[in-house]
Amino acid sequence: MVQEKVAITGNEAVALAMKQINPDVVAAYPITPQTEIVQIFSTYVSNGLVDTEFVTVESEHSAMSASVGAASAGARAMTATSANGLALMWEVVYIAASNRLPIVMPVVNRALSGPINIHCDHSDAMGARDSGWIQLWSENTQEAYDNMIQAVRIAEHPEVQLPVMVCLDGFIISHAMENAQVLPDEVVKEFVGEYVPQKTILDKDNPVTAGPVAFTDSYFEFKRAQSEAMIQAKPYILDVAKEYAKLTGREYGLFEAYKLEDAEIGIVVLGSTAGTAKNVVDKLRAQGVKAGLLKLRVFRPFPAEELSAALGHLKALAVMDRADSFNAFSGPVYAEVAAAMYDSGAQTKLINYIYGLGGRDVGLEDVETVYNHLARIAESGKVDQRLNYVGVRE
Amino acid sequence: MEGLLEVRWHGRGGQGAKTAALLLAESASDAGKFIQAFPEYGPERMGAPVQAFTRISDEPITMHCHVTNPKIVVVLEPNLIGGPVDVTAGVPEDGVYVINTDATPQEMRAKLGIKTGKVFTVDAIKIAMETIGRPIPNTPMLGALIKVTGILEIESLLEDTKKRLSKKFAGRPEIVEGNLNAIRKAYQEVKGE
Repeated sequence: MVQEKVAITGNEAVALAMKQINPDVVAAYPITPQTEIVQIFSTYVSNGLVDTEFVTVESEHSAMSASVGAASAGARAMTATSANGLALMWEVVYIAASNRLPIVMPVVNRALSGPINIHCDHSDAMGARDSGWIQLWSENTQEAYDNMIQAVRIAEHPEVQLPVMVCLDGFIISHAMENAQVLPDEVVKEFVGEYVPQKTILDKDNPVTAGPVAFTDSYFEFKRAQSEAMIQAKPYILDVAKEYAKLTGREYGLFEAYKLEDAEIGIVVLGSTAGTAKNVVDKLRAQGVKAGLLKLRVFRPFPAEELSAALGHLKALAVMDRADSFNAFSGPVYAEVAAAMYDSGAQTKLINYIYGLGGRDVGLEDVETVYNHLARIAESGKVDQRLNYVGVRE
Repeated sequence: MEGLLEVRWHGRGGQGAKTAALLLAESASDAGKFIQAFPEYGPERMGAPVQAFTRISDEPITMHCHVTNPKIVVVLEPNLIGGPVDVTAGVPEDGVYVINTDATPQEMRAKLGIKTGKVFTVDAIKIAMETIGRPIPNTPMLGALIKVTGILEIESLLEDTKKRLSKKFAGRPEIVEGNLNAIRKAYQEVKGE
C-alpha cells in the first residue's frame, strides 16, 4: 500500500479522514467551542468533494440530536465537538448510545469551565465515560487519523452497534503539525465500505420504534443489553485493528505497551503525554532504570484483564489523570486501573498523579518527577501518598 | 534527543509567526525530516505578542511538551525585545538569533544583553514592502533563517511555500510570487556580525 507522507495538524488529519469516509450526514454547531475539524470539513462540502448533507444547527445539543435522527434513519452520521460543547450535548449523548446508533464523533479534548479555559485536558471526555460510547484515545495526529477510520468499522459492526468517540488532545495535537501517512481516498472508501443499517425508521416494511418510553417493566433490560454490547465489543475492536494493520502496517491494540515487559516501574497515561513520557522512559533506560509505559487507547470498553496482565509484574505503577474527579480519592483512570489490579491479585504499589489541567504544560521533568517517586516506592515497598499532583503551584 | 533542532518564533498577532513555523516544518517534512510545529494559543488578537515553535529531527519526534530551550530564536517584531517578552529565555549559550530589524547585529546584541551566541539581522519589513507590498515579515524571515542555519535548501523552501500559499491565495499569483521573492531577497540580504 503506497501511503502519502504528509505534514498535517490533528484537526486537518481528522477532517481528511472524514472526507475519505464521506459520511451521509454531518451535523455541527459552527462556532466556539467547535473545532477546525468542522470548519475544514465544511470546505469539502462547499467544494463538492463529499456527498455529505451538512446540517448547521443552533447548538451542540441539536448537533447530537440531528445525528441521532440521521442515524436512526439509516445514515452514516457524524459530528465533532469539544469541551463545553460536549457538555451541552450530554442528554443526547446518552440517547445515541442507548439507541445503539453507530455515530462517530471526534472529541478535541479541552477543559470544561470554569474558570473559562480553551486548552487541553480530559475533563470533557472523562465526564462522558459512563455514557455508553466506545472511546478511542490518540497520541498524535497519525493515531487521530487512524482511529477515525477504524471507528467507523467498530461502530457499525453488526455485533457492536455503539457510538464511538475519537479523542485527541486539544491544541497539543489538534493544532500541532506532525508527520503522518495517509491512505488514498479509494482505499479508505473500500475499508469502511458501504453502511448497511440493520434497522431504520424509514423501512415501512419492517417498522421499528425508536426512542420509546421504557418504564419499570423494561428499562433495565435495555440497559442490560447495552452493557452486554460493550462487554462484547473488545474482540471486534481488535479485529478491525488487525485488518487496518494489514492495510497500513500500523498496529493498534487496546493499549500500547512501551518497554514494559521487563520494567519494574511504569506509568499508565492517555493521549499526547504518552509521547513525551516515552522520551523519559528512553532516558531512564539509558541510566539503567527499568522504566516502562502503558498508553491506553481503548478506555471504553475498559480492558481490565488485559491491563492487569500487562502491569501486574511492576513493583510500582503511577496512573496519570488529565482530569480530576473531585471525589477526594483519585482521578477517573486511576480508580478503574486500581480496581482491575486489585481483582487480579497483583502486588503492585499504585499511585495517582493528576497533571496538565487546563493545558498546563507537561514537561519531561514533570514525567521524570513521577518516575522518581515510583523508584522510591519500588525501593521502600511503601506508598507514602496515593493522590498526587504534578506541575501545579501549591 | 540528539539531532533535535528547536526553533522559537516571536511576533505579534497578524505577522504570521504561526504560518512561518508551519511552513518551515512542512518544508522540512518534504525534505524527509521528522517535524512538529505549533503555535502558543492565548486570547489571540492583532498586535498581541505571540509565539510559535518548530521542531526538526532526523528521528521521529514523540514529545508533546513546550519548547523551553530553543537553539534558534526568530524575532519578527524587534520592539518585543526589551519589552514584556524575554526572547532570550531558555536559549543556550550557542543560541542563534535572527531578527527582523534595520539595525545591525551588533546593535541588536547590545539590546538583547547577551555575550554569547550568534546574532543575525535582516530588514524583513522593507523586503516585504518591496516584494509583497504589505508589511508581513514572516516569509522573508524564513529565507533569512535557512540561510544562517542551513537547515533546508532554499529550493525546497521555495517549492513548498509556493505549494502552500497557492492553496491559501488561489487566484492571486502575485501574492505567491511576492512571497517567493521575499524569501530570495532575505536569503541574500541577511547580515551576521
